[in-house]
Amino acid sequence: MTATAVAPAPAASSAVDRVRRARRRPARRVRLVLTALAAAACAAVLVRVLLGEYVVALADLVPILRGEPLPNAPGASFIVMEAKLPRALLGALAGLAFGAAGAMFQTTLRNPLASPDIIGTSLGASAAAVVALTTLDAQGLWLPAAAVAGALAVSLLMHAVGRGTGLAGQRMVLVGIGIAAMLSSVIQLVMTRTSIQDAQAALVWLTGSLARATWPVIGLLAVALVVLAPVLALCARWMRLAELGDDLSTTLGVPAGRARRGLVVAVAMAAVATSATGPIAFVAFLSGPIARQLCGGRPSLWAAALVGAVVVVLSDFAGDYLIPDVNLPVGVVTGALGAPLMLAVLVTAGRAGKA
Amino acid sequence: MSTTRTADRTGVTPPAATRSGSGPVLVAVLLVLLLVAVLSSITLGSKAVPFTDVARVLTGDGDGIADRGIIEARVARTVVGVLVGAALAVAGAAMQGLTRNPLADPGLLGVNAGASLAVVVAIAVFGVGSLTGYVWWAMAGAGLAAVLVHALAGLAGGGVTPLRLTLAGAAVTAGLASWSSGLLVSSKQSFDSFRFWQVGTIGGRGLDLVVTVLPFFAVGLALVLLTVRRLDALALGDDLARGLGENLVLARAAVALGVAVLCGASTALAGPIGFLGLVVAHGARFAVGPDHRRIIPVCLVGGPALLLLADTVGRLVAQPSEVQAGIMTAVVGVPIFVLLVRRGRMASL
Amino acid sequence: MTTTTLTPASTDVAGPRTPAMSARGLTLSHAGRTVVDRLDLDVPAGQVTVVVGPNGCGKSTVLRGLSRLLRPSAGAVRLATDGAEADIWSLRPKEFARRVALLPQSPPLPDGITVVDLVGRGRHPHHTLARRWSAADDDAVARAMHATGTLDLADRHVAELSGGQRQRVWIALTLAQETDVVLLDEPTTYLDVAHQIDVLDLLRDLNRRDGTTVVMVLHDLNLAARYADHVVALREGRLVGCGAPADLVDEDFVARVFGLGSRVIADPVTGSPLVVPAPTHEQTGATP
Repeated sequence: MTATAVAPAPAASSAVDRVRRARRRPARRVRLVLTALAAAACAAVLVRVLLGEYVVALADLVPILRGEPLPNAPGASFIVMEAKLPRALLGALAGLAFGAAGAMFQTTLRNPLASPDIIGTSLGASAAAVVALTTLDAQGLWLPAAAVAGALAVSLLMHAVGRGTGLAGQRMVLVGIGIAAMLSSVIQLVMTRTSIQDAQAALVWLTGSLARATWPVIGLLAVALVVLAPVLALCARWMRLAELGDDLSTTLGVPAGRARRGLVVAVAMAAVATSATGPIAFVAFLSGPIARQLCGGRPSLWAAALVGAVVVVLSDFAGDYLIPDVNLPVGVVTGALGAPLMLAVLVTAGRAGKA
Repeated sequence: MSTTRTADRTGVTPPAATRSGSGPVLVAVLLVLLLVAVLSSITLGSKAVPFTDVARVLTGDGDGIADRGIIEARVARTVVGVLVGAALAVAGAAMQGLTRNPLADPGLLGVNAGASLAVVVAIAVFGVGSLTGYVWWAMAGAGLAAVLVHALAGLAGGGVTPLRLTLAGAAVTAGLASWSSGLLVSSKQSFDSFRFWQVGTIGGRGLDLVVTVLPFFAVGLALVLLTVRRLDALALGDDLARGLGENLVLARAAVALGVAVLCGASTALAGPIGFLGLVVAHGARFAVGPDHRRIIPVCLVGGPALLLLADTVGRLVAQPSEVQAGIMTAVVGVPIFVLLVRRGRMASL
Repeated sequence: MTTTTLTPASTDVAGPRTPAMSARGLTLSHAGRTVVDRLDLDVPAGQVTVVVGPNGCGKSTVLRGLSRLLRPSAGAVRLATDGAEADIWSLRPKEFARRVALLPQSPPLPDGITVVDLVGRGRHPHHTLARRWSAADDDAVARAMHATGTLDLADRHVAELSGGQRQRVWIALTLAQETDVVLLDEPTTYLDVAHQIDVLDLLRDLNRRDGTTVVMVLHDLNLAARYADHVVALREGRLVGCGAPADLVDEDFVARVFGLGSRVIADPVTGSPLVVPAPTHEQTGATP
């Protein structure tokens, strides 16, 4: 025997088959879940568009989308194109963004409780947007720009503080929470300084609502998602290594900091969505764990994104029609529903020895 | 030796042996600082008043002084600041010792959010409209939220870690806040009253309100002061404390009740003020070591001094308006919090 | 168990070979404290090197220095495998990862991951943007799992395995990386004695069969003497001695490294040095 490295003999084909089969099974389940979730998201959008106080027949939808006149329901076209469809689409897009961003954070930081809505990046977006909204009268592109800038600034600060320590992930989370507390003070200050009308508008926005659903806003968010999604998919590869801890990730060729830097994409995604709808409570936080349950325990960004879309669209629907004569913003519904679910997440997280 | 070990355990402070003599001196220095803070709080502001006028008003010889109203308002403000500052600092120290969590603070652990939601409910649902009316609601909300956060963090067993507690606090805060906004978005009037309560300020409260809440401060302070010695044992961790013969359940319940009452009373009086407890308790721990019998007196004097100074500065920087004390403490407190996280040995906590 | 192949692999090789890794003047600091001080160290290619030393001597830190987890404050580590010689910090992360693998002491386990999926993560350094998973990856994973005897566990969840099985799976992950050098930080922690022997036998078999250079930190001096071709002893961040266990490990060595009185006898099973500690307190029993 020599000590020179010999080319390893190829593995027995039965062993390779076994590996292939074992790899395929969970992948098949994830594919199934994704298909089902995509169908559910489409169904949710349809429900939001067709049902409610003003019911639109499914058969009328295609002509409406084509812009053809409908003699038997003259108002339908306006209601669908100016109210129901924009809301449904904005909800779906924002849900996708929040869900994906949340899952990315939770997996990369290896902490089921570390989603952008808990650790300050969403509040960074909110604070910047509220300041822009009330003091600078920001309109159009400036609002999302301010939100993204605010979120990025908070993330950079978190990253800078967490850097260079073995507990970078933990520290990032704690610093993020501290910064979130400060930013909510800033928001409160702004609220006392402005007129009650502006403050009220800011509050509605802060609660998370789809009331600002207009086609330009939707277009902007859609463009942002189309640009960011492929980048996010690339970063997801780093995320899978970040799950193994900083050391193993580094020795597998992805230095630990790089995976965390990949979070910038998630931050941008959440921030753009936040600028369009305001921070919708718990969507980023809960989509990941729900998707993981569905996928048999494995985190999946795309499943989380779809869960987010379904949750936001249906919650908005519920907020509009659940209580007669009261239109609750979507954030109130997700907040109310989210609390007990959050409890469940905390309990399972604690059991698994995480967090 | 035993104090040194405590320091290592909590991972917050250097050994105390070298600083045993600094406690009384520090308290004396802080007392002087507090005096300065009180004087500046009364005399400074958008309109400065001479000290002689203040003295005359206080001695009951205030007729004919043009600024009498201002002076009386500022005196009330200062009294509120002293009470709230002391209560929050002491509660912060006790909370940190109780949970072995150096990041414990009512602003972070959901207490403020609980009080806020309760006040929102009071305003929006029950039409409560006065500060006196808010008091009871705020106190109840703060207590319930504190219990909820700790229960959540400890729910799954395996110990309450700072990270878990802080995250549970953040999550509860997020949840409660969305309930609050849900109630507020539909009512402009409620929101208008609430937004000014929400920032946390020591101004605009009359002495009659102080009198209403005073018994709670007294009870809370008494509870914490009586149990302060147990905090040292609790800081060693459950197993060691039990080994030292502590009745954990009783000690913990007494301290927790004291903390909840103090936080609730402060929030009821001044609205949510964050980070003061965190900062002062940490400063105290850093200066005099881990012995709570020395920490608490420092907090008792240092808390009011800091809050009054923050409030006075807040009034001076934004004349003729003001930056409320609750915002000042957050602006000053968060960098210190970040520093603590950066420096702290989280793993050992 | 392969008790028959007790002669070190190096004796089969004609002449000295370039070390797989070599550190010169390696100084590593952690939180401002110098943990490893100007260390000169050679890792012989194709051999099993075991780093020993008392608690806090910098054993694990050395491993971190060799695996690019810690940038040296002075000195350098050079890697000479695949016929190419280079400073480890001059390589791109993935390139380095194709040549050196590390198994940390207790890496976090991703949620809900299956055995085959976890082992597959070891293939990351071989992937590029364009080329993701391929038949070669299936092959490498199958080989690694076969070598570690984990094929039967392929679709189980790692979280539900026993400690010994789990450690085999982690080792399979580093093997799937297909590197010439494998570094392991205390691979036997938390395992009972039977599983310790099992894991160490596994690692030595891999070394003997594929010629993989193995470097590991071990707590147990006797296991180190039994499984190492080359022992590196550290104390307070400095090299105390290195060499074949039979030449190195004697009573004087144990005293110098651990400050412990002992007798060293020949292991009745393997013939390697066996350290029998003397009592440290004045009790009954003879002192050496």
